[in-house]
Amino acid sequence: MNKTVIQARNVITRFGKNVVHDDVNLSVYQGEIYGLLGGSGSGKSTLLREFIMLLKPAAGEIQILGHDVLNISRNDAAKLRQQWGVLFQAGALFSSLTVEENVGITLKEYTDLPLNLIQEIVHMKINMVGLPAHAADLYPAELSGGMIKRAGLARALAMDPKLLFLDEPTSGLDPVGAEAFDNLILELRDILGLTVVMVTHDLDSIWNIVDRFAVLGEKKVVAEGSLNEVIKKPHPIVKQFFCGARGRIRIQNGK
Amino acid sequence: MNNQASNSQQPQQAKLQWQVVKDNTTKLVSTGEWTHSSVQTVTKIFEQLLKTCRDKTIQWDVSGIEQVDSAGMMLIIHYFDLLQFSNCSVHILAANNEFNRLYELLRKYSDKPTKTNPVFSSSLLSPLESTGQSTMTFLLGLIEFLTFIGENFITFIYSLTHLGAIRFRSIIKNIEDAGVRAIPIVALTSFLIGIVIAYQGAVQLEKFGANIFIVDMIGISITRELAPLITAIVVAGRTGSSYTAQLGVMKITEEIDAMRTMGFDPHQFLVLPRIFALMIALPLLILFADIIGILAGMLISHLHLHLSYAEFFLRLQTSLDVKHVWIGIGKGPFFAWLIASVGCFHGFQVSQNTESIGRYTTISVVNAIFLVIACDAVFSVILTELGI
Repeated sequence: MNKTVIQARNVITRFGKNVVHDDVNLSVYQGEIYGLLGGSGSGKSTLLREFIMLLKPAAGEIQILGHDVLNISRNDAAKLRQQWGVLFQAGALFSSLTVEENVGITLKEYTDLPLNLIQEIVHMKINMVGLPAHAADLYPAELSGGMIKRAGLARALAMDPKLLFLDEPTSGLDPVGAEAFDNLILELRDILGLTVVMVTHDLDSIWNIVDRFAVLGEKKVVAEGSLNEVIKKPHPIVKQFFCGARGRIRIQNGK
Repeated sequence: MNNQASNSQQPQQAKLQWQVVKDNTTKLVSTGEWTHSSVQTVTKIFEQLLKTCRDKTIQWDVSGIEQVDSAGMMLIIHYFDLLQFSNCSVHILAANNEFNRLYELLRKYSDKPTKTNPVFSSSLLSPLESTGQSTMTFLLGLIEFLTFIGENFITFIYSLTHLGAIRFRSIIKNIEDAGVRAIPIVALTSFLIGIVIAYQGAVQLEKFGANIFIVDMIGISITRELAPLITAIVVAGRTGSSYTAQLGVMKITEEIDAMRTMGFDPHQFLVLPRIFALMIALPLLILFADIIGILAGMLISHLHLHLSYAEFFLRLQTSLDVKHVWIGIGKGPFFAWLIASVGCFHGFQVSQNTESIGRYTTISVVNAIFLVIACDAVFSVILTELGI
């Protein structure tokens, strides 16, 4: 169970003179839901973009599913991209395709499955993420915020990835929708054996579904571990994060 | 890590074998990896099986399946249902825990198998249907366009009574974009048109020894018809398309909605300045094109027919009535209004996806050019009938 899926070592990122990460280290184990936390501008999304090969750090080492993504060959990169799914913050659905086409696009492109089977798989994934059946024929512009997230998740899950990256999956959802989305992720993790890495600010998500997480701040990882482990560490950023008004209510009420 | 090694291996193909055990019992054995990259081979075997199997008991041994993902499982579910439709009773044997959990999960979320009813359709009716549909689309589009013009006209009337509401700064900026920046391309096109007309005319007129009439020909045809038309077409391609794209992007990014909520009427802030600007810029561009076109004609007359520049000017003064120039320039505001209205209208039609910007930009240019030519034809008929 404790196989490392993602390992970042001594990652340094700069945009011009602005240093975003200075020596970031973290590791994600197989089968866990791992949260990346931190205030705005602490470089969580940047780190996520480095994991999925959209950005290259200035220095350091990042291992994803056994591949060193900073020195990866074209072929290995192509294979690796088929083993993960990414849900972008705003969904990033292709606006000229329907939901069904959006979800099925990787299956159509990368497999030789017959079209009617692809359609069945796509419909199943659409049902699985909790979208109504009629949503399959809608265009992204016709969907609500929550439906876009769900359609994005269905697309990320299309190829049965081992690794799922979620960029603020519950932001912009109402509390009920956010909780349902959290439960969906939890259920999918349990059944499909996914490893999930999510960037989030949502304290409820952290409480309910995240197994381990890293708090980014001061250009480093200031704390890493499960909720109980982290809350014991008296780092000021961690305190700020969990002991603000919103966090205190949670602590008083217990888990 | 050894993960890398296993990834680079070719996945083991999914295999399916079947044998008839008893009269009405068939045994199916599945082995190998049933994943999205390895199951496409077994679909053929399933199809064969479907053809032969009816009213049978099928015992399906899945214990040999090493790995299964949702694509593989959906395939199994798909054919499981189809076999049941052909009245077979299907039993899955020796499934492990993992298999069962995935099976249950996908069963829960897959569509219930239904036999689809054929939809009523006829090859005789479909051309009628498509004709009707495109007529309706055209009519609805026309109504929308008329609504747009109406709204725009109301804003225009409002602006006349509230002169302070006219966005002069925006008009000036648009004149710069649509007029000043278009000068090089208009100059080049009208210069070339002047050359073409002069050459074609020169060859014919030379046969009759009527060299001097080249001046009448160039003077009247350029000022009255060619310069306005060519300039309008260039401007439709250049400015009409940019109006559609600009407003279309603003529509997608919800800027136009934001403006509405802040009480800024998009017609007043975006459309009217563009229409005014083009109505001012286009006649000026036409005058400019007149001059360049005639100069080009003069150059060719000199080179080809050895007509001196002084003679050309003398003849031009007597043969070219000023009314031709005024008619040509007078068409400018009409063309400009058509181009700008069509461009802005299609900009507002852009819907929430990136593809529609391209589509409506194309439509806008095509419509604008067509309307300009149609409008020019109407002018020709009316002015000729009036004897002007």
